[in-house]
Amino acid sequence: MAKIEIDGKQVEIENGRTVIEAAHLAGIYIPHFCYHKKLSIAANCRMCLVQVEKAPKPLPACATPVTDGMKVFTASEQAVKAQKGVMEFLLINHPLDCPVCDKGGECELQDLAVGYGSSASRYQEEKRMVVPKEVGPLISTKEMSRCINCTRCVRFGQEIGGIMELGQAFRGEHAEIMSFVSNSVDSELSGNMIDLCPVGALTSKPFRFTARAWELSHRRSVSPHDSLGSNLTVQVKNNRVMRVLPAENEEINECWLSDKDRFSYEGLNSGERLTKPMIKQNGAWQEVEWQAALEYAAKGLRQIADGAGAEHIGALATPHSTLEELYLLQKLVRSVGSDNVDFRLRQSDFSADGKQAGAPWLGMPIAEINTRDRILLVGSFLRKDHPLLAHRARDAVKKGAQASIVHSADDDLLMNVANKAIVAPDAMANVLAQILKALAAEKQAVVEASVQSAEVGSAAAAIAKSLASGERVAVLLGNFAQQHPQAAQLQVLGQQIAALCGGKFGFLGEAANSVGGHLAKALPRANGMNAAAMLAAPRKAYILLNVEAELDTHNPQQALVAMKAADLVVALSAYKHQATDYADVLLPIAPFSETSGTFVNTEGRVQSFKGAIKPLGEARPGWKVLRVLGNLLNETGFEYDTSEAVRDEALSGVDVAAQLNNAVQGVALETAGAGSGSLQRVSDVPIYSADAIVRRAASLQNTRDAEAPCALMHGAELSRLGVHAGEQVKVSQGEGSAILVAAADDRLPQGVVRVAAGHAATAGLGAMFGAVTVEPITGGRA
Amino acid sequence: MGALGFILNAEEGERSWRLAEYVKRGGYSALKKIIDENIPPENIVAELKKSSLRGRGGAGFPTGLKWSFMPRQFPGAKYVVCNSDEGEPGTFKDRDILRWNPHMVIEGMIIAGYAMGCARGYNYIHGEIWEIYKRFEEALEEARAAKLLGPNILGSDFSFELQAHHGYGAYICGEETALLESIEGKKGQPRFKPPFPASFGLYGKPTTINNTETFASIPYIIREGGQKFLELGRPNNGGTKLFSVSGHVNNPGNFEVPLGTPFKKLLEMAGGVRNGHKLKAVIPGGSSMPVLPGEIMMETDMDYDSIQKAGSYLGSGAVIVMDETTCMVRALERLSYFYFEESCGQCTPCREGTGWLYRVVHRIEKGEGRQEDLDLLLSVCENIAGRTICALGDAAAWPVQGMLKHYRSEFEYHIEHKRCLV
Ligand SMILES: Cc1cc2nc3c(=O)[nH]c(=O)nc-3n(C[C@H](O)[C@H](O)[C@H](O)COP(=O)(O)O)c2cc1C
Ligand code: SF4
Ligand code: FES
Repeated sequence: MAKIEIDGKQVEIENGRTVIEAAHLAGIYIPHFCYHKKLSIAANCRMCLVQVEKAPKPLPACATPVTDGMKVFTASEQAVKAQKGVMEFLLINHPLDCPVCDKGGECELQDLAVGYGSSASRYQEEKRMVVPKEVGPLISTKEMSRCINCTRCVRFGQEIGGIMELGQAFRGEHAEIMSFVSNSVDSELSGNMIDLCPVGALTSKPFRFTARAWELSHRRSVSPHDSLGSNLTVQVKNNRVMRVLPAENEEINECWLSDKDRFSYEGLNSGERLTKPMIKQNGAWQEVEWQAALEYAAKGLRQIADGAGAEHIGALATPHSTLEELYLLQKLVRSVGSDNVDFRLRQSDFSADGKQAGAPWLGMPIAEINTRDRILLVGSFLRKDHPLLAHRARDAVKKGAQASIVHSADDDLLMNVANKAIVAPDAMANVLAQILKALAAEKQAVVEASVQSAEVGSAAAAIAKSLASGERVAVLLGNFAQQHPQAAQLQVLGQQIAALCGGKFGFLGEAANSVGGHLAKALPRANGMNAAAMLAAPRKAYILLNVEAELDTHNPQQALVAMKAADLVVALSAYKHQATDYADVLLPIAPFSETSGTFVNTEGRVQSFKGAIKPLGEARPGWKVLRVLGNLLNETGFEYDTSEAVRDEALSGVDVAAQLNNAVQGVALETAGAGSGSLQRVSDVPIYSADAIVRRAASLQNTRDAEAPCALMHGAELSRLGVHAGEQVKVSQGEGSAILVAAADDRLPQGVVRVAAGHAATAGLGAMFGAVTVEPITGGRA
Repeated sequence: MGALGFILNAEEGERSWRLAEYVKRGGYSALKKIIDENIPPENIVAELKKSSLRGRGGAGFPTGLKWSFMPRQFPGAKYVVCNSDEGEPGTFKDRDILRWNPHMVIEGMIIAGYAMGCARGYNYIHGEIWEIYKRFEEALEEARAAKLLGPNILGSDFSFELQAHHGYGAYICGEETALLESIEGKKGQPRFKPPFPASFGLYGKPTTINNTETFASIPYIIREGGQKFLELGRPNNGGTKLFSVSGHVNNPGNFEVPLGTPFKKLLEMAGGVRNGHKLKAVIPGGSSMPVLPGEIMMETDMDYDSIQKAGSYLGSGAVIVMDETTCMVRALERLSYFYFEESCGQCTPCREGTGWLYRVVHRIEKGEGRQEDLDLLLSVCENIAGRTICALGDAAAWPVQGMLKHYRSEFEYHIEHKRCLV
């Protein structure tokens, strides 16, 4: 510890920390631009110059380590003179037209210029001009002339984003922030650079010039997308969400947001929003009053329950729905006598149901990922499915952790991966068995016979070796593993691997409320049907909560058949979508920004939020709609005044911490290797296709991550098929097919074709896994 | 080998740089002595301290002291780096050392590696002297073939690898930490110090960087003793020094003289001021150092302390001579343009301030100056100097301050009459 004095105040701080950190502890503000607590020290802006006793020259507080007995003066004559000198330099080439700058009102330079600038400029020469460059649909560099070269954006890319997409080219006054040879900025974390820019040089394309900072009211919220539950500041003007920024939460999103969380709000204002209840009569859609729509729905459900029987009613919800919605949905279907309710729409293996000790979760706090020294990722498109968890994993690797992956694709994780086993989906369980066997040998433990029969390959041996030498191991199952037809096998194997290393085992939750759905009991508990069963054996009636059947389910072909065959489909949705083809009642419900609610994130943190704005048009919060439906069905127990009352009931008597449990018992291992021989489908859900809101976020849909899905195959696979990359192929699965452009990806294993799910272009296909055929289309060059 | 001209060997000739010739001149005997006598590294550093050798790259920092900063017990890689980037206008000595005496630098670096426990060294050579770079590579090959360089040097258990690396002509890459970044393959931008290279240098490992001429002085010191080197020059200013004399002289070139030699004598060696003109001013240590009026220089000796007393610095030893026909506004305009062009752009005062200085001086030169400009220039200089990451900021400010100190009236004349005084 060092004892130092800043402006007469005593501060004690660990050695190795800097003067600016000590000042922060003491509550003393030192002006700064390039310094950022999450980035490396650049010491280039020189705004933080302070006087240090015995130092002949002012020193940058951000880069000067504390030493015991040091005396610092942040506002002495020497310090202030230096700070003012720097401010003058920063302003000479900076346009002084704050009133027309998008950053005006929230600009760090503008704020400090008030205190350290002078009223008139002594600079009479011509100002530097920077010709703006195009970097993609999210970030504008139109005002690059305003750049003060603090390099925060550059360091963000290098240190947090994992990829340096912006750099400082040229030198001296010609120094300029730009992308490498006119590339676009494609990182899924790119928007953070806009926040980091202390001036108006990097601005948000969707937001810029749509509102002034001071016109916006700020509301706290929680992201409805991935399972991190990033904290949001939703900024609102005239009952419209204008912008979303991070709300700092060190334990979850730190001060960052993924681009999905940040820019998805455009989907909230989409023209496809459903704003009036509608019913289909004689094949034509009609807007009706709420009462009429609800009564229609209630009557229909009642008729089926009383007629064919309640087990002919099925309820499906996305895991992006709130805890309150999910809770009321299951309460509703259960009250009419059905146990058919599920939110695990992309899951295909339910063999662990009833054997699970609790709600599957991350198995540790989010922040613990950074402290792991070995990470085994099983079946995860980590960067795209959990952008900020990928950042935490990168951080762990940077600190020396070894990452290993077992997967059917090998997308760049922007970090060093020590070992990989990239195999077809049906070989994954076997690879885990190999790892388990090799690990058991290292640890002199005994494994069951089916594991013992696995033949350990070199990749598995290397992974086992790496894991065996770890002290803080994590084995994590990603979305792909959870959607996998042998998900339960992967779970048991993963768990045993973690147990042998004394490590943690967890699921990277698929969506915002994947844990919440379990707590809300929105899944079959007695003799009910799970999501797959409800679609495989079509029901007479479906209640859909936020579901787009052909995009949100494991097998869109099957889902559409079921929907079309049903007598009654009641769709609660924020959007007018394909349901117009198969639904009978459309009930407009509010997205997260327009309702209060609760998400339980992947680490089991219960986060409630309030609506940021009033519902659009006649849309109503989902929980209210379900409550009234309950009333209309003459069920008791639906008399809630607030969403909090719903939440409290849902969680009453629930010890959340005790509910979080990944243990599974009684699942027999079958770890035989691959063997189908036919081409297998590997599917990811592209980052901007994962849920209804983001699918309608216009700017995100223009990013490279949202490009139309291809049929990706190993080059050797392409040659076998006689297809060249760039040519069109027909991909068929079950009854349906899709015409896609073939593309080569030699990181894929042979014997697979990767075709994205969750996308209209592939909605004609069947399950996310399983056999597919690919045929060339003659003369089909795209 | 004589004391004078020991660095730039006197008999310049096409083959004189070769290993065999160097050995004939007593070359590699210092290294042999160290190996044969198994001299402890501490003794070498002690000898250097005795010699009063000061860094020839510009700052004049005592070399023995610098070497003693290297953590002796540090496990793992440590590096010696030679700075042959030589970008300071007026300086052209290092390229001649490498042209005529590359083995002397190599020997100096091997000894440095031995003294500081480094197994690897790099020589960073200015990007625009390609043929010299190639010659240095050839010299390295010769040394390797003779087992003077590489594993188990001269049969001992001391091994040292040395590689040449050429820059691409950015002046900033002569700043030692920018140079390290450049070797690492990054954009050449200075690092913030501390940490200093001795603790966090090349690839984050302890590193010592010295100028070419500094390394070239080492073999002599080891062979002849620190005391003898010191006595070549003056107390606190040991040895001989190369001066690159340029500008308005009849016989420009490199001259190796003992430190403490009167400027007058050096000027004579360079053939005196051209065309019988009168001496006006001298920049005694490379373009970044403050200019001094000719009268002062004629009374001054060429060593670190004397020049400092006179109000400037010895710097790299580049002596730029200006005769009475020189317009100081024009001269400063050119100097300021250089620093404006070469600023790395990283830190605010230098990136913004160098352009401001140049534009104002340029405006004055064009006849569009205002009297307030002169105080403005001084104020801008004050806001640059001492506030930057590296010394390029100071290098840009000092010429302006020097010019305005001694020739302000000439600037005022230029502003008032919109033309040169001369
Ligand atoms: C902008 C700038 C340019 C420099 N260029 C050179 C150079 O070209 N050659 C050199 O030896 N030192 C140069 N230096 C000095 C080096 O940073 C360093 O001090 C020197 O190489 C140390 O060697 P020495 O102790 O032997 O003098 C430069 C310094 C600055 C600030
Ligand atoms: S003083 Fe100039 S050259 Fe040195 S770091 Fe700063 S901007 Fe770069
Ligand atoms: S904040 Fe310290 S130099 Fe920029």
